[in-house]
Parts: sequence; structure tokens; C-alpha cells
Amino acid sequence: MSHNNNQHHATHGSYGSYVVGFILSIVLTLVAYVAIVNDWFTGMGALLFVTTLAVLQLFVQLLFFLHMGQERGPRWNFMTFVFAGIVVFIVVIGSIWIMYNLDYNMTHKMTPEQLDQSIIEDEGLGEQGTSDHHHEEQTEHHNH
Amino acid sequence: MSHATTNHKMSAELEAHHHAFNDDKTQFGFWAYLMTDLVLFATLFATYAVLHNNTWGGPTAGELFSMPYVLVETMALLTSSFTVGMAMLAIFRFKQTQALIWFVITFLLGAVFLGMELYEFNHLVHEGLAWHASAFMSSFFTLVGTHGLHITVGLLWMGIMMFRIVKQGITHNNVRRLTLLSLFWHFLDIVWIFIFTFVYLMGAAAV
Repeated sequence: MSHNNNQHHATHGSYGSYVVGFILSIVLTLVAYVAIVNDWFTGMGALLFVTTLAVLQLFVQLLFFLHMGQERGPRWNFMTFVFAGIVVFIVVIGSIWIMYNLDYNMTHKMTPEQLDQSIIEDEGLGEQGTSDHHHEEQTEHHNH
Repeated sequence: MSHATTNHKMSAELEAHHHAFNDDKTQFGFWAYLMTDLVLFATLFATYAVLHNNTWGGPTAGELFSMPYVLVETMALLTSSFTVGMAMLAIFRFKQTQALIWFVITFLLGAVFLGMELYEFNHLVHEGLAWHASAFMSSFFTLVGTHGLHITVGLLWMGIMMFRIVKQGITHNNVRRLTLLSLFWHFLDIVWIFIFTFVYLMGAAAV
């Protein structure tokens, strides 16, 4: 990274920085792959583990491939990146949050038969789904 | 020979310095485009996250994809992100042949990635799992297909730039365009990291 013989270009690095970035990216990819294929983590643990590795690799590539740290102020590239990051966070997390709570049919694993059954029960269309207590139970079940 | 190269390099560097201000603006403009593209991909990721369990009785992501196959695909694209960096280093040092070799390697790795992806798509369609099979398949094809479309455009762009290097050499205009192309290519690799993680790894973990 220190080897930068063209001062007017703020955004290109050295052989060393690319090699380090490449090796780190390969290691992070392989660790995530091996962990999932060998079932080291399941469920929420797996999600958190691979998300952390993906975000780490994002920063590795931003630093070593896109040379984000070398920009001179005012750091417009960095600022637009932060703004885009906030928008991405709101769009992705917001969508998942809202849809998970709003539409129980969407984010849960169900066969067509189970889906029909759950609609009949939750909307009180069948004989089984008429009691309020039962309805509460079904909703609870779906939220898990 | 070396004297001529030094002169060429000096004049090119002076010229580059002269245009540095405009180049920074161009680069920032392209960066702003990449950030809006990032938001586009974010909406497709959000759609996939919401719809990926809605398989309509069909196979889930974990049952559908071969993990070693996807790992090879990922490694091809990751390596191409490294080789495009090597190509740019050669460009900045005015080593035309070396730069062209790195660009050819990058192009081939990109083509391997795209070919593997198209093979996978073709396989899915023949299994009866096209984009209309379920909400899961729709969101999968839209997310991964949009990335594949970007890769296709990147390959076309790279082909044109290789032709221009051969025809015109490492001119100021070509350096500027190649800088944008390398940004585009690195960006596509970063998007793929998240497709690999959230579509394929999370699919295999059945989350």
C-alpha cells in the first residue's frame, strides 16, 4: 500500500496489497464454506457466523482491492458508501422485519396443503378454526 | 529502448496529472453509480430473503444446489477480482503485454464463472424449476440473474477495452476507462460474496 508512485491517482495499490487482500478473501470464503458444509453451526448461529465473515470480506476487499482507505479528504467516495450502506441496511432489515411480522404465509416453510390449512384456520373458515383460543395458538406456532 | 519508455512514461504521467481533476470527478461519478447499483441489489436481496422459503412444495435452496460447484464458481470470480488488480498495476506501469495477459486471464475466469452460472440456470429450467415455478425460484433467478447480467456487460466492456489497448496502446483515455472497469469488476465480486453467503451457504444451512 505504501508503494504508490502515481500521486495523482488516489485509488490504486501495490502488488503486496492485492496479494494480502486475495489471500484474506480466500481464507474467509473457505472458512465460511467449511463451517457450513460440515454443520459447525446451525440456524441463527450459522446465519450470524457467515454474515460476519461476509462483512469482514467486504471490508478486506474495500481496503485492499478498492483502496478505500487511501482516499484524500474530503472523502466523497467514503461518504457516499456510508450513505448507500445505511439505505441498504434499512431496505434489507426493514423488509425482512416487516414481512416476517406482516405475512405469516411468506417467510415460513409450508407445503401448499399446509398453507391452505393455515389460511382456513387463521381466517376462521373451517370448523376447527372458529375458537379464538385455537386461533391464538396457531398464530403463535407460525411465528416460530 | 529504455530511454524511449521513460520519456513515454513521463509525458503520460504529466498528461495524467493535468487531467487528474477531471478524472477524479469521472471516478466519483462512476462510484456514485455503483452505490445506486448496490441499492438495487439490496432490494433484490430483501426480496429473496422474504420469499426464499416459499417453494410451493418444490425443493429448497439447500436441496437444489451443489456446494462444491458453487465454491469453484466463487473461486473463479474471486481470482478474477485479483487478476484485474494485477492488470491495472501493469497498466499504471505502462507494461502493455503484461496488462493484456492479465486481462485475458481475468476475461477467461469471468467467462468460466458466467458459463457455470448459465449451465446451472439451464439445468434448473430443464428440471422444471424455471422462474415461474415458485416465489423462491422467481426471487432466485432475479437476484442471481441480475448479477450474471452485470458480469456479461463487464465481459463485453473488457473485450472492447482489450481491443482498444491493442489498437491504441495505454492512452490516457484508456487508463481512465480501465480504472472504471476495474472498479466495476471488484464491485461485482463483492456482490457475489453476499449471493454466495445468503443464497448458497444459508441455503445449505437451511436457514
